[in-house]
Amino acid sequence: MNSFDLRRRLTNTLMTTLMVGAALAVITPLGIIFVHILKMGAGSLSWDFFTQIPKPTGESGGGMANGLAGSALMIGLASGFGLPVGILGAVYLNEFGSTRFATAIRFSADVLAGIPSIITGMVAYTLLVVPMKGFSALAGAVALALIMIPIVLRTTEEQLKMVPGTLREASLALGVPLWRTSLKVTLVSARSGIITGVLLSIARIAGETAPLLFTALGNQFWSKKMTEPMAAIPLQIFNFAISPYDDWHKLAWAGALVLVVIMFTLNLTARYFGSSRHQG
Amino acid sequence: MNPKLKLEQLNIHFGSSHAVKDVSLEFPANTVTAIIGPSGCGKSTVLRSINRMHDLTPSARVTGRVLLDDADIYDRKVDPVAVRRRIGMVFQKANPFPAMSIYDNVISGYKLNGRVNKSTMDEIVESSLKRVALWDEVKDRLKSSAMALSGGQQQRLCIARTVAVQPEVILMDEPCSALDPIATLKIEELIDELKEQYTVVIVTHNMQQAARVSDFTAFLYLGELIEFDVTKKIFTNPAQTRTEDYITGRFG
Repeated sequence: MNSFDLRRRLTNTLMTTLMVGAALAVITPLGIIFVHILKMGAGSLSWDFFTQIPKPTGESGGGMANGLAGSALMIGLASGFGLPVGILGAVYLNEFGSTRFATAIRFSADVLAGIPSIITGMVAYTLLVVPMKGFSALAGAVALALIMIPIVLRTTEEQLKMVPGTLREASLALGVPLWRTSLKVTLVSARSGIITGVLLSIARIAGETAPLLFTALGNQFWSKKMTEPMAAIPLQIFNFAISPYDDWHKLAWAGALVLVVIMFTLNLTARYFGSSRHQG
Repeated sequence: MNPKLKLEQLNIHFGSSHAVKDVSLEFPANTVTAIIGPSGCGKSTVLRSINRMHDLTPSARVTGRVLLDDADIYDRKVDPVAVRRRIGMVFQKANPFPAMSIYDNVISGYKLNGRVNKSTMDEIVESSLKRVALWDEVKDRLKSSAMALSGGQQQRLCIARTVAVQPEVILMDEPCSALDPIATLKIEELIDELKEQYTVVIVTHNMQQAARVSDFTAFLYLGELIEFDVTKKIFTNPAQTRTEDYITGRFG
């Protein structure tokens, strides 16, 4: 074996090791987080967690049922605001994307996506909490929607761009107006990718805590009114984790586990819709 | 008799490039006209201007007149959607809607426009598929995906979809360039039948194809119309040396 061959082999081994190392560095933290949360949370997870509201301090037991319901309500309302705006905005950008106005929208969306979520919470606080003279689930949902819109807008636009131009032309050549072509051909063809983006954006807002601190505030009790403070899983985790009580710490771990499992499920579902098996 | 379709002093610009220069052509009803020329000569650009496909390209500017039954389709009062309902188009690469069944593809012109009449749909699908000689091949699997068909079948499906909405003119942009010789032959036979009912304009790279299917041939070079005549004349006794050079393969 000559020296050139040897050097080539050594470089190959070194580079392969580095890449495997980098890949492990990505996976390991996730593994550690998941195993740790599983260990700490699984013991405290019980049927009560999903059916009971938190017990007053000093009493053991209780759950986060109100937080689960609150999170679901606020995510639902945020999706109700955010998805139509994000998706229709993306359709607009895809159809009329070369104007200066469209470039401005894209830039704003990218900046909005990069704004720390606590700032978004302060915006919702100023816009809704102050004029309405009280913390409310509505303000929380608006804050979450503000986080959701740029994510949905940009991922949907990327998916729409990938729809072959020949399909749009086929539809237009049949005498189908542009707006019908956009909705019934372009949007429908991109639907699996759009669903993926939507699920990922829901996963993102489901775990947001900071924007809810100044808006939904949190609630120890059941609350169905969108105009009143409402509990949410991330808020309860936060509040219970910084409390001095062991019982509450346990509940916080259980909440963290449930949240992580929800993330996993959403991400896996998103992957299923984004996979090649589910095209067309 | 007035021509079905007429181009008058057609000029097409993309930004600063002048792609089509002063082209004037007449297409008589129920004939097949081939547009030939080397790549980049503007033949597809001319074709796409006839059903206002350039409207969607912001940088494209079309001037001159395109007369369909003596009415300018570029008149400001004319709706491009209405134009496209009268002038259908078949593309280079077969482009059936991938999420739709064979059946739905044929009636996609109605479905996408939200004008579905259940009682006539079956009839339209059957007659359109028979029109393109695809009925016998697909009648047992109308509900299966259009993507399961071969390339040639997909292209005939696209033609069926176009005739289903009953246009008056059919534009074809190199419809056989992605097909094998047998599939090509089928499409060519079909074109010959289509002219009984429609006015056909076909862009092709393949000069034998132009000679086989068309009644008239236009030769375009660098965006200019060099020669337009009866196909037989173009291929046996062209008036211009550039036409002769091209059809005998000396350039292009």
